[in-house]
Amino acid sequence: MQATTEQLLWMYEKMVEIREYEETMAKVYLEAKLPPKIQKGLAFDIGAGPVPGEMHLAAGQEPVAVGVCAHLRRDDTVVGAHRPHHFAIAKDVDLNAMTAEMYGKATGLGRGKGGHMHLFDPAVKFSCSGIVGAGAPQACGAALAARKLGTDAVAIAFFGEGAANQGAFHEALNLAALWKLPVVFVVEDNKYGISVEKSASTAIASNADRAVAYGMPGVLVEKNDAVAVFEAAGEAVARARRGEGPTLIEVKTDRYYGHFQGDPETYRPKGEAKALRQHDPIPALGALLRSRDLLDDESDAALRTRVSARVQAAYDFGRNSPYPEPQDALLHVFAD
Amino acid sequence: MSTTTTTRRLTMAQAISEATAQEMARDPRVFVMGEDVGKYGGIFSATTGLLEQFGPERVMDTPISETGFMGAALGAAAEGLRPISELMFVDFFGVCFDQIYNHIAKNHYMSGGACKYPLVITTGIGGGYNDAAQHSQCLYSIFAHVPGLKVVVPSNAYDAKGLMTTAIRDDNPVIFLYHKGIMGLSWMSYFEGSTNEVPEAQYTIPFGEACVVREGSDVTIVTLSQMVQKSMLAADQLATEGISAEILDLRTLVPLDRAAVLASVAKTGRLLVADEDYLSYGLSGEIAALVAENLDTLRLKAPVRRLAVPDVPIPFSHPLEQFAIPQVDNIVASVRGLMTFKLD
Repeated sequence: MQATTEQLLWMYEKMVEIREYEETMAKVYLEAKLPPKIQKGLAFDIGAGPVPGEMHLAAGQEPVAVGVCAHLRRDDTVVGAHRPHHFAIAKDVDLNAMTAEMYGKATGLGRGKGGHMHLFDPAVKFSCSGIVGAGAPQACGAALAARKLGTDAVAIAFFGEGAANQGAFHEALNLAALWKLPVVFVVEDNKYGISVEKSASTAIASNADRAVAYGMPGVLVEKNDAVAVFEAAGEAVARARRGEGPTLIEVKTDRYYGHFQGDPETYRPKGEAKALRQHDPIPALGALLRSRDLLDDESDAALRTRVSARVQAAYDFGRNSPYPEPQDALLHVFAD
Repeated sequence: MSTTTTTRRLTMAQAISEATAQEMARDPRVFVMGEDVGKYGGIFSATTGLLEQFGPERVMDTPISETGFMGAALGAAAEGLRPISELMFVDFFGVCFDQIYNHIAKNHYMSGGACKYPLVITTGIGGGYNDAAQHSQCLYSIFAHVPGLKVVVPSNAYDAKGLMTTAIRDDNPVIFLYHKGIMGLSWMSYFEGSTNEVPEAQYTIPFGEACVVREGSDVTIVTLSQMVQKSMLAADQLATEGISAEILDLRTLVPLDRAAVLASVAKTGRLLVADEDYLSYGLSGEIAALVAENLDTLRLKAPVRRLAVPDVPIPFSHPLEQFAIPQVDNIVASVRGLMTFKLD
């Protein structure tokens, strides 16, 4: 499946947006978390600053999100994992409300009750979970609902290679294949489950090989490349929409930051992250666009200005929004 | 109830199946899934006849894969369907609790109210038939402990039908726990008080309204599920000794009818909690704490007493199990004990 000009440009712009979003977050996140502004003796204070708590950034993993979401409609469901920003942005989650949520503000997607690992935007059918592997069965449910409601909507479950060793992953694959559900399971292999290398956690090199055990196609995308992901996902999404059942895709991708911000990354060879950036998928797609005369310096600059305005506006919105009233903690345990 | 309403004597299993069938007929969004819910009709007959009436698209046998289908129930509920997902024995919650307590219970809250998850998890509870430690527990307190789940524990067929209808119509996740020993199964002895007159027409029973199933003046027995039936037999016996026991059937743990507990204890001045869950850190402690917190207005004639499984796994052997799970005689003895106090 060939990407159209429009799709290529969309993927490029979204990747630029995701990257700027994550790089901005990396800076904002550190505000007020370092000495001398924190308790004496600490090197870092996770609970301090305008964006407190854990923070898992996805810079480097943009191709997985845009290559898949380029095929999706508003009524398709995406279930992401604990590192969710790239998926959310690629699924057109409201950027202002998403950012406000990370600031813990009343205007956030969850009114400040979820935070960055628990983003819910029902308008575009996006959700995610901080529990590794948990989203895979939930995507099966969304797909089951689509079939029962008679639509051709599909569901995507995104998760890391670490999740593929969870029971939830294996149960979901069996269920999806058994019931021929319109689901695509997408494994982001960024090589590490926090600190543990895939070779130390998984007995086989590619999770795509596991697909055959469940009676579904398994596809390995060996390059961290938006077009390569686009092509693999195009087949899988089309197959799902035709009612022919699920597909498992694994993408070899790169994580530029630590598992979470503040991760000392002692488990990584020195310079690894820097070396990975030599194969940055954003300039790679930019070069492809330029080779086809779809992008030049002027249009690239215009695109980046446009993206920057969106991203910075979202951060301003988050920062300047009001906090919820403390007693609002008691609301929303149950629906009325 | 209007005089034209037809009623029949139904077992609790029949009442639950009927409530589900009527709601499925009324609302096409409702469907059932779980292990052996189809051709078998549910191991405890909670889905009998549904497959024949609604077909395999709406009554789905699942693989033995509770994490898979509980997660799928959540995913389908998020899309606007109303799944009923059966966990065959509550004891099996250990293989799927992440989906239940980390997601089904919390996603509405974490979404700031933006997402709704209207689903019912039905599950069999209770012992008394020698099924040992992994198939005999009640565990409702664990579900009630986690914010975001409504917890329903009926004691008889009439309540079960009305509460099940309410559960399916509720926009929140509901855990509906039926005790195997009051389902009226043909292969397990049961307390006959649980089989009663049930209207054929649909009706609802609101959550959070406990029911005084027997009025009395000397002592309040706060209880639920099968233990209601045991308490009724105990009360008959106590009446012959001149002791008048009031029995309060909680019916739902979340929401809990605190006012009904306090009103009854205010009337009798004596409280026994009769529970089939484990003693410590559970329902009986919750009810005792409620009374303790209201001692500024309540006047007790005796200390609060609790009957529950004495913090041991449910044993297999008949004499061991009968000892571990509170029986009618234990209720009678506990009430007699309460009557010997004279607190000022």
